[in-house]
Amino acid sequence: MRINRRAGTLFLLIFACILLFVIALAGEALSKPAELADFARKNLPPCLAHPFGTDWMGRDMLARTVAGLSLSIRVGALTAVLSGGIALLLGTVSAICGPWVDALVSWIIDLVLGIPHILLIILVSLACGQGFWGVIAGVALTHWPSLARLVRGEVLQLKQATFLRAARRLGVSRGRVLRTHLLPHLLPQLFTGLILQFPHAILHEAGITFLGFGLSPERPAIGVILEESMGYLAAGRWWLALFPGLSLVLVVMLFAAAGERLRLLLTPASAQE
Amino acid sequence: MEPILSVEHLSVTFTRYGRGLNRVELNPIRDLSLAVEPGRVTAVVGESGSGKSLLAHAVLHLLPRNARVGGSIHYDGAPLTRERAVALRGREIALIPQGVTWLDPMMKVGDQLRRGRGGGEVRDRCRAALERYGLGAGVEELYPFQLSGGMARRVLIACAVADRPRLIVADEPTPGLDIRAAGRVLGHFRELAEEGAGVLFITHDLGLARTVAHKVVVFREGQTVDEVPAHCFQTGEGLTHPYSRALWRAMPENDFL
Amino acid sequence: MKHRLKFTIKKLLRMALLLLGVSLTAFLLMDASPLDPLQTNIGQAALGTMSPEQIARLENYWGVDAPATERYLGWLGGVLRGDFGVSLLYRRPVLEVIGQRLAGSLWLLVCAWILSGALGLALGLAAGARRGRWPDRLIRGYCLTVSSTPAFWLALLLLMVFAVWLKVLPIGLSVPIGGGQATLPERLRHALLPGLTLSITGAANIALHTREKVIDVLDSDCILFARARGEGHILRRHVLRNVALPAITLQFASIGELIGGSVLVEQVFSYPGLGQAAVAAGLGGDMPLLLGITVITAAIVFGGNLAADLLYGVIDPRIRRGAARK
Repeated sequence: MRINRRAGTLFLLIFACILLFVIALAGEALSKPAELADFARKNLPPCLAHPFGTDWMGRDMLARTVAGLSLSIRVGALTAVLSGGIALLLGTVSAICGPWVDALVSWIIDLVLGIPHILLIILVSLACGQGFWGVIAGVALTHWPSLARLVRGEVLQLKQATFLRAARRLGVSRGRVLRTHLLPHLLPQLFTGLILQFPHAILHEAGITFLGFGLSPERPAIGVILEESMGYLAAGRWWLALFPGLSLVLVVMLFAAAGERLRLLLTPASAQE
Repeated sequence: MEPILSVEHLSVTFTRYGRGLNRVELNPIRDLSLAVEPGRVTAVVGESGSGKSLLAHAVLHLLPRNARVGGSIHYDGAPLTRERAVALRGREIALIPQGVTWLDPMMKVGDQLRRGRGGGEVRDRCRAALERYGLGAGVEELYPFQLSGGMARRVLIACAVADRPRLIVADEPTPGLDIRAAGRVLGHFRELAEEGAGVLFITHDLGLARTVAHKVVVFREGQTVDEVPAHCFQTGEGLTHPYSRALWRAMPENDFL
Repeated sequence: MKHRLKFTIKKLLRMALLLLGVSLTAFLLMDASPLDPLQTNIGQAALGTMSPEQIARLENYWGVDAPATERYLGWLGGVLRGDFGVSLLYRRPVLEVIGQRLAGSLWLLVCAWILSGALGLALGLAAGARRGRWPDRLIRGYCLTVSSTPAFWLALLLLMVFAVWLKVLPIGLSVPIGGGQATLPERLRHALLPGLTLSITGAANIALHTREKVIDVLDSDCILFARARGEGHILRRHVLRNVALPAITLQFASIGELIGGSVLVEQVFSYPGLGQAAVAAGLGGDMPLLLGITVITAAIVFGGNLAADLLYGVIDPRIRRGAARK
């Protein structure tokens, strides 16, 4: 007998969440050591005392990486929730408020998808005067369209469902139908969408910070660390770029895998073993 | 007469996920036995959604991978293994499916009929098959979406008979057709049987089954409950099983008996 | 034919409206920015070398005196006459800068576009056809890894391996410093790593989506029927044919992402293309250039969508024949 796939997914998801939580906390605790410069130990390649090596100011790269991941996770979670909120709002509104609103929302979606994400994030970030909130706004405002389309499709489908029409006929108010019938059906989809959104958000935050539009260089963000490492590549200090990037990839991968499996579970065909 | 297809104690089981983390076993076919003789039409009658189509898929070894099959299927006196089924499908065993969605929407009818084989002989045989069902050569140039319901059905039958199969499995080939068109399609089955092929006709419509078939197998809740000559369902005589009698009584003209 | 023409015109109109929306959005976002282009260092330096008319027009667009609508309409009027304004950074007309940069990027983008499309389609087909078995697991693993990898980090890795460690490829710059005339092999050598990075990342996404489509097709009745009829070459005859349409959509939809990726990758390789210009414009507060790049990029993306729609009409018999009958 094969391993129960659903139980496996649940386990993976719980593990991913715990790991994220631990990294977020550890990053907070390590924010002081991450900034600690010690020129006596600068430019050390990876060794036992400093598994990720140290940089040109003698800062421990492991501490910096964890602090950076912690920051990425917080930014990722915040933006995923924000863009999920936008998607839920616009998707629902577009499905239930008539053809004009629907056309308008789909026009806005086309517009947002027409500008490459990274350019739009640069624009939004500039509008917000860069920095932390610039990144948050930029990433949140660019990641909602696909999820909004999904929500819209689901709501449209549910609108046709007999039990909802019956509820409306029975005189249940629109708001109540929305709360008691629509939301419970939408939540799993939305939740999965959020989890799948999370890696994208983190990657874009890292990208925009790397380009210099995002988090300020004083913060130990992964994007900042990698941007700095560029200057030392030719000098052969590979550890400055390798480990922080690899850690980011692993965290993102964990979530992408969990989200993907969750999505598969929600497609009806996957009930077949 | 030696049957060309005999199915004994066939069962089909699926494992799938129910609510939450539970796995459930689904058992749409539990114990199905029947025999198809050459030159005769055997009808399997059961309710819609009772898993009758799975019988067709089991015979052709087309079931999805999560299905488990029990019991035995013999074709022409020997067990019908997967390898044998793969070798025989489309040559000796033909499937007539439910509708136009079974044709490739992106390919012309003629190309689908020829199955990618060239040559004048294949071309002639396919054209002859179309003509036999009143379809002109122009149909070869059409795409499936351009066919009407009746035309599509005839194309599907032409697909099946172009190679002179010995066993024809027809899975609900008539829904959506009006009585006259359905009658014509069924007439074709009878014709094919008269030419020596065994026909397995799977349907939910007892009225159709008794007009076209020689023998009716009644299928209910995963099991065969009765096997009777078709004429029994004309008069009601000779029906011993209570479910068969109930079925017969449910026919429109027998309302008040 | 008339039907197709009407369809095309409708699409073109929608595209024009979207472009208008894009330019307005970008303009408003830049207008909201607390950074004043005329006050930044580059702006100051630029002012010195500009003619009085140019400065006057610049102030027209970006000065704080005029209301935003007026300034936008001024910009729009210029664009309709083919004048996107003057870049503060490069002190040349925006259109000229974009044209030159785009010519540099086009190489890279087109190669990466074709390569990622072909690779993605092949991997997606291979994975979908062997669903659940090891080729599928391998390809899915590859896609998951790559789509979780920031493109710029992948670029850094490739740079470390090929340029620093193996020393077989140059670190950056598509044109050698000093000489404006680069030979073709030289250009190729410089475009190789950025192109490779973009292809690897682009292919993963296309492969995953193609795989889904292949599985959908394989599960459809028409494949079941083909198998029931003992057909050979089902993958080539039926799957490829039915995956063609979604593959076209995917391929053209990937343009936006590709350009987005090129912004990051060009930065790593200091490749003097459009993406790098966008970053420089953003960091330097060169609003006219950034606005121009945004509009041109969006036009390319929408053009890609339009091309996909038109190709659909050619390939899909339902649209082709349906139109022929009307």
